[in-house]
Amino acid sequence: MEKMIAGKTIAVNEEGYLTDFSQWDKAVAEEIAKENNVELTPRHWEVISYLQGEHKNQVALSIRKIGKSNVVDIKEFYALFPNGPLKISTKIAGIPKPASCL
Amino acid sequence: MKRIVILGAGTAGTMMANHLNHELKRADWEIDIIDEREEHYYQPGYLFLPFDIYEPEDIVKTIDEFIPKGVRLVKGKIDRVQPDNNHVLMADGRVMNYDILIIATGAKIAPEETPGMLGEEWHKTVFDFYTFEGALNLRNKLRTWEGGKLVVHITEMPIKCPVAPLEFAFLADSYFQNKNMRDKVEITFVTPLSGAFTKPKATEALDHLLQDKHIKIESDFAIESVDQENKKIIDYGGREISYDLLVTVPTNKGDEVIERSGLGDDLNFIPTNKGSLQSLANKNIFVIGDASNIPASKAGSVAHFEAEILTENIKRYIHDEPLKEEFDGHANCFIETGHGKALLIDFNYSHEPVEGTFPFPGVGPLRLLKESRMNHMGKLAFRWIYWNMLLKGTHIPFVSATMQEAGKEF
Repeated sequence: MEKMIAGKTIAVNEEGYLTDFSQWDKAVAEEIAKENNVELTPRHWEVISYLQGEHKNQVALSIRKIGKSNVVDIKEFYALFPNGPLKISTKIAGIPKPASCL
Repeated sequence: MKRIVILGAGTAGTMMANHLNHELKRADWEIDIIDEREEHYYQPGYLFLPFDIYEPEDIVKTIDEFIPKGVRLVKGKIDRVQPDNNHVLMADGRVMNYDILIIATGAKIAPEETPGMLGEEWHKTVFDFYTFEGALNLRNKLRTWEGGKLVVHITEMPIKCPVAPLEFAFLADSYFQNKNMRDKVEITFVTPLSGAFTKPKATEALDHLLQDKHIKIESDFAIESVDQENKKIIDYGGREISYDLLVTVPTNKGDEVIERSGLGDDLNFIPTNKGSLQSLANKNIFVIGDASNIPASKAGSVAHFEAEILTENIKRYIHDEPLKEEFDGHANCFIETGHGKALLIDFNYSHEPVEGTFPFPGVGPLRLLKESRMNHMGKLAFRWIYWNMLLKGTHIPFVSATMQEAGKEF
């Protein structure tokens, strides 16, 4: 599937997650954030870059792991990305929805 | 004489003891299996015990009766594994050396991980049903409960048998209807996931069933604490859900022995090659069942399929041949939906559960992802299969270790 995001044609899956990280940039992130009613602050960007780093290192992301990351605690993670922070933050970060759940 | 040591005589460990007892030359190999417990519980029975469908004696036998004569059962508490010198240290000071170690120490609930869960009201208004005691205490509670808000809750993934909490909600609906008090009970299913299950097509079918049965679903709920005094659960976003009776599945963790041995991740699950079942850190350590971190369901059927492949790989390891990376994450689960019916799902790492027929393509007799009485009979028959075939490592006819794609509607 393809979707117009921030004036560019971006490859996404059925749920709107980017399927090609090389198409991600900050403008794309801003627009996905807006769709999810999140206004990105410097704090958000820190978390996003942490998530992208973990993904690059093939670390499976989970709420528990993020809580122990020393980057953000779970309470703040929820405050930054309300209602399902893991699925919203990963979508904004342009990485796959975590499959931590089986 | 070389030695294989198996840690844990639960479902996976017992199956491996039986497989290896058949397959290895006994003049060359001694097989030891270590466990501190006396009883072997049929864990799928914990789902039925609270609803008076099974009696305690249906689901408990002794460990000894399933360990073959050629295998030495060592009773005792394991202190830790020392992988660098191939030793297992026992709590009483005994040291057991091994050439090959198979870890099958499973997973268990850790209610202490959630603040407030283990309070005064534990097993009074807050219950688990993942332990024998929890399921039995819950049965006694339900027998006299007069109704109110029943909340069925999952703390975090992964958990053993990810469909069990849903089945519990379905069976509760059925149970209270039979007691003519369904109108007095409000059932809510609370999950950290975005829907009823982890796989999209099954979630669609199961969300629909929840609706049919008037079970409310609260999704994306990541619990922060239980407030036992005010009878509510609170999530990190500040969302609150009140209950009169809370049936929760606490965080699941691997055994403490894994933590003491420094072999696990943050939940004490052991990093394992998902195809070969060899531990990533030590070539002569293999992991089977719930103890590993592989992205497959933590379920007896998975351990059964793994056992067939792991047995082959142990033989290859002994003969210095390359291991087969053949395990595909195959799981096969009956899902009780109440009123004498059940669903069946069959899936692996790459294929989610879909509709179709099982085990014979196009024939059945079991239907995948559809409610039927036949599936329910299958689930009940499974207890006999478990005690009489599965634990003994007998191959179940027509059901292959890797998932079959024929007969499925992808």
